[in-house]
Parts: sequence; structure tokens; C-alpha cells
Amino acid sequence: MKHILSALVLNKPGVLAHVAGMFAARAFNIDSLAVGRTDDPTLSRMTIVILGDDKVVEQVRKQLVKIVEVVKVQDFVGQDVVARDLMLLSVACTPEKRPEILALIEMFNGKVVDIGPKFVMVEVAGPESKIEAFIESCRPYGIKSIVRTGTVAMARQARTKSEE
Amino acid sequence: MTKNGNNANETIYKPGSQVIVDMLIEQGIEVMFGYLGGVVLPLFDKIYDAPIKFIIPRHEQGGCHMADAYARATGKTGVVIATSGPGATNLTTGLATAMMDSVPLVAITGQVRTSLIGNDAFQEADTTGITRPITKHNVIVKDPNDLAQTIREAFYIASTGRPGPVLIDIPVDMQIAECPIPPKREIELPGFRVRHKGHARQIAAATKAVNESKRPVLYVGGGCIISGASEALRAAAQKANIPVTTTLMALGAYDQNRPESLDMLGMHGSAYANFVMQEADLLISVGARFDDRVTGKLDTFAPHAKIVHIDLDASNIGKNVHVDIPVVGDAREVLEEMIESLEYKPRKEWFEQIAAWKAKHPFTYDRNADVIKPQYVIEEICRQTAGDAIICTGVGQHQMWSAQFYKYSKPRQFITSGGLGTMGFGLPAAIGAQLAYPDKIVVDIDGDSSFNMTLTELSTAVMYDLPIKVALLNNGFMGMVRQWQELFYGKRYSQSSLKNPDFAKVAEALGCVGITVDKKDQVAGAVEQMLAQTRPCVVDFRVDPEENVWPMVPAGKSLHEMDGLDIFEMA
Repeated sequence: MKHILSALVLNKPGVLAHVAGMFAARAFNIDSLAVGRTDDPTLSRMTIVILGDDKVVEQVRKQLVKIVEVVKVQDFVGQDVVARDLMLLSVACTPEKRPEILALIEMFNGKVVDIGPKFVMVEVAGPESKIEAFIESCRPYGIKSIVRTGTVAMARQARTKSEE
Repeated sequence: MTKNGNNANETIYKPGSQVIVDMLIEQGIEVMFGYLGGVVLPLFDKIYDAPIKFIIPRHEQGGCHMADAYARATGKTGVVIATSGPGATNLTTGLATAMMDSVPLVAITGQVRTSLIGNDAFQEADTTGITRPITKHNVIVKDPNDLAQTIREAFYIASTGRPGPVLIDIPVDMQIAECPIPPKREIELPGFRVRHKGHARQIAAATKAVNESKRPVLYVGGGCIISGASEALRAAAQKANIPVTTTLMALGAYDQNRPESLDMLGMHGSAYANFVMQEADLLISVGARFDDRVTGKLDTFAPHAKIVHIDLDASNIGKNVHVDIPVVGDAREVLEEMIESLEYKPRKEWFEQIAAWKAKHPFTYDRNADVIKPQYVIEEICRQTAGDAIICTGVGQHQMWSAQFYKYSKPRQFITSGGLGTMGFGLPAAIGAQLAYPDKIVVDIDGDSSFNMTLTELSTAVMYDLPIKVALLNNGFMGMVRQWQELFYGKRYSQSSLKNPDFAKVAEALGCVGITVDKKDQVAGAVEQMLAQTRPCVVDFRVDPEENVWPMVPAGKSLHEMDGLDIFEMA
């Protein structure tokens, strides 16, 4: 089962290495990992997506909490969360195919961010299922390249650290 | 405010090397271990005048084990210093050993100057990268303003909660730079919080389960020794009338001379302890972590028991077995909370059953053999030291026999590498323990292969006049792997025997007393002679080369499916 863990960590060098090293050493697999600063410059937020049964994920959570620079860990499973991925996708596109592909992009609320005689680059954000569906829809035209951020997530009505 | 009053709150500046020494003094460090090298020269220049006893090992690994054993023997935090590159990499086995057994240790390593880091400079290694998974925490100091506080935090992290090794990597320019020493204040680490007190409701549930149980057993691990819970454990076990078995790491937490002691459990544990685990209706685990060497096959482990698990480290709970009543908290504090509500129950049938198992399957061996049996040597050491010595070991058969045939009564009396299983630990450990307790008898019961790995440290014992004793159970094999080859690989003894030197002569050459014993009737006399020495002493006991450790739960078998019980019938 997929779990989204949200970890508040100190914004210091070496913290990512500590977290990633723990996952590797204990043979836990990371599906995706997104890191960014929070409103407090001393803290960063890591959103980690992992696949595993509840027992494995609980062990991951406990091991994360043990890392000295990790301040707090939440498992979003069973909670009402907003989860989003951001993707840049470049798809093969000749001028003749443009109307068709632009219509597809529109359907997915995507945004054209670059265009050339043989391709379009699209920005799409949304839940992972939507991202996957868009990829599948583009596949017949020929995907040139994909870059994804990995999931970021926030519980609905979540308060930021400074509000707590 | 007076001028002096102001001074206490003022930040003063000193060279980083002096700041390190000042911080060690502030922490109350009396003994430290370390080996010199290029990028720690500024630090060693300040150590020259420091009021701290300094011990130079012959190899950084030895120094790390010495600091580790000093910490295990005293409960204080051990300190070891090494230079960059090879100095730091030589510490790794020692750090991993301390990590697995939760030993409070602070390692200080030198590093090339910050401007050279990443440059493949001479004696450069990514020390924090290499040691990340084998330390509780590690950090490189790159800002002179951080140095003092980083050292304070390192000692705090190493000794607080579940202890462990913390490494501080200090580039040489940080040792030279003027660094501030801010006034001492309480340490605040937002990501490092420890809850010592167990949850009241969980403690009440645990107590109720104990009072309702008919066949309970206390399964005690190293956490009990670390938290100083031995007295509380004894009080709880005796008030509620519960038998006690300990892991290898917890030997001494409970007095093994008492009738309710079941001695060690697990792969080479006592038959009675393992039977008790499999028949118990309640298992109260205190500071233990359900290691695979303890549980045997997990599916059939303690099949009738409800499990109470008391542990300071929440990640240990539910990791290997399903726990019915988890209590996250310090072993001593939780036991002390429980004692008052514990009720005495006679549990007559349970103790009768245990007495029958004990009578039928004691630890034993062929006492009538003509050759020297290794178990006999240990029994003799136990008898002549009245069970009161500090015993250190390497890893292998001799370690298991030391666990089975020496009877421990006090915590911190048995010092061994349990989790990592580090061969070569015994001799440096004995040196560390002897430094902690100069007046106590410290015996390294060692195997020839383990001893071979670090015997160079005999020179260290000689240099500092430490009267350690090495009782070498020399069977000419890597005994434990030979036993496995005998049992599971058709006696094909692939690469498991050694051509040993004359250990007594080696000992003499290094400045120790060396004695060789190859006859059974010389053993008692040799032990007596060894214990009387004021110089370091090595006794090479030529023991039965193919003696096995029994009983044994083969890997993948249930705890009650022990081999070697039949050899007990003959005694």
C-alpha cells in the first residue's frame, strides 16, 4: 500500500544524506522524495512516498523519528490530503498534429511552456493518477522526455508550523 | 552585578584545539584513547597539558574498543580520537560495535582543512559519509562558531536515551581558528526528544497482565544494564515471583546464583530458559529487542505468551514480533512504577516445572575427559575469582562458554560484543575495563583466532602497567565456524584452522608473563598463577580442539528444538 510520509527536518547540510542513508541501510524503498524549505528558514519539509504494508511503514516512521535532525514525521494514510505532482513532459508534435495535442493538453489543464517545429513541452500538475493518465494519452504521439517532482502533500486544514 | 558575575555569562575565544580540550574537561572526562596523526597535531599539542589520562593504543580499532569497554564498565561516555583518512576508517569496526550494543561513545576525528575537502587530499576520507550508518549521529564542523556547542551536543546525544556512538569530524583549520565558548546552557535539539516515563495506562495494563499470569517470565536485555534497572528488576522479580532469563548483553543484570535465574536464553542459551519461553503465558521483555539469536524461528516463538515489551526505543517495539502491551520508556523508571502494584503469586506448578527442566538439562560437559575442556577452565576461573571478576571476551565458542559457565551477579561485569559480534574485541576491552577499575580482576577469556586479531594491544597493557589477564582457550580453530562446518557442511573444515604462534613466547616478547598449559591437572594452578600476576599475563590453555557449544538451536529452528540435549544425559 502507498503511504505518504511528511517529515519536518532541520534545514542543514547532510540531513538528506542521513535520511536517504537510513532508507538504504534498512532496505526500505522510496517511491518518490520531494524536499523544500518551509516558512521557517531553519526547517525543511520532506515528502516521502513509500510502498509497503503498515508494519513496514510504521518501522520506517519510527526509524525516521530517531534521526537526530528529523523533528516530526506524519503518516498521511487514512487522512484527507491534497497530494500533487508536477511534471514537465516533452512530446513529439509536428504542426499537423498540434490541434489534436493542444486539445489533449487542455483536457488535462496542462500548460504549454515551450514549442518547436517537432515538439511541445507541457507543464501538468495534479494528483498522480492524472499525471499517469496524461502520460498514457501522450504515449501514442511519442514521448521525448519526462521530468517529475515526486508527490508533495498537505492534510486539509493543516496548520503551518508557525500557526501551531 | 559584579565583574566576576558577568564573566560567567561572557563568551570567551580560544583556539579550536583548546576549545576541544576544555569541552572534554567540562564533560568530566578522566581517561581518553587516541592515536596521533597529521591533522590532529594542533589538538594533541593542547592534550599535552590537559589533566586527562591519555592512552595510546597500537591501532585505532583497539583504541575504539578500549573507549567502548571503559564506557560499558562505568556507564560513563568513552572518548576516542583519531586522525583523518586511515585513522578514521580504522575506527569503523569499533563504532559499529558500539552502535549495535548501544554504548555511549564520542569519537573525534581530524579532517583535512575545509578548503581541501573533496579534493582527494592526502589522508582525506569522507568520514561522516563512511560512519553515518554506524553512528547514532555524526557531524562535521565547518564553522568555528559551532565547535563548542557541537561537542556539548555530541556528549548529550551519545549518553541520552538509547546511547550510541557520536562522531565529530573536525578539520584542522577549525582546530587552529579562534572559536567562541558560549556559556553553558541547557541543550535544545528540536529533533531529539526522549520520553523516559512510560505511559501510565500502559504500565497499569502491563502490571495487570503480570498479576493475572500463571506462567510468566522476565526476558531481560542490555537496556536493563544501560538504564541501571538491575535493582528494580530484582525487586520486581522477587515481589511478583517471576523467573528471569537474560540475553547475552544482560548477563549480570540478574544474580545468576538465585534459584529463579534461568541464565541466558537463545541459540546457545540454557534448555530451561528456552523451554520456559516456549511454555510461558506471559513474556515481559525489558530492554531487549527480540534479536534473531534469541527468538529462533519467529512463527513459533513463545506461542502461548502474551507479550509485554518495555523499551526506550519505540522502533524496537513491534519490529520482529507482535506486541500486546507496548510500553515506551526507560527500563528502570517503568519497573519502579510497576513494583508497587505487583502481587506475589506462588506459581507452584510453574516453578516445579522449571526446577525439573533445570535438573534434567543443566549446562554441562564431559568432566571425565582426559583433555582440557574449555568449560572447565572457565569454571575454574569463576571459582577462583568467586564470580567477582570483570570478564571480557572475543567472539565465538569461548564467548558462549563464558556466558554459560561463569556465573555473573552484578551488572557491567560481563563485557562482550553482542550485536556486531566483533572478533578481537576481548583484549582491548580488558584494557578499557582495567583502566576503569584498576583494582579489580579483569580477565579476557579469549579464543585463539579472536586474540590473533588484536594481540598487538598487549604492548598497550604493558606500557600502562595494566595487570589484565588473558585466558586463551586455544583450540587451533575458528571454533564456532568449525562447529557449523562440522554440523552443517559435512565436517569440511574449509579455511577454519590456523597455524598459531607460541602465544606464551609472544606474550613474553611483548613484556607480559606467558604461560602454556596442556595438561588438565595444571589448569587450577595456572589460573591461580595468572590471577596472582601484577603484570599483564597470557595463559595459553591448549583445549580440546573439537569441543562444541551445546545446546544449540540451529538457525531457522524453534527455541525448543535444541540439538545437543542428549550429551547432557551422560553427565
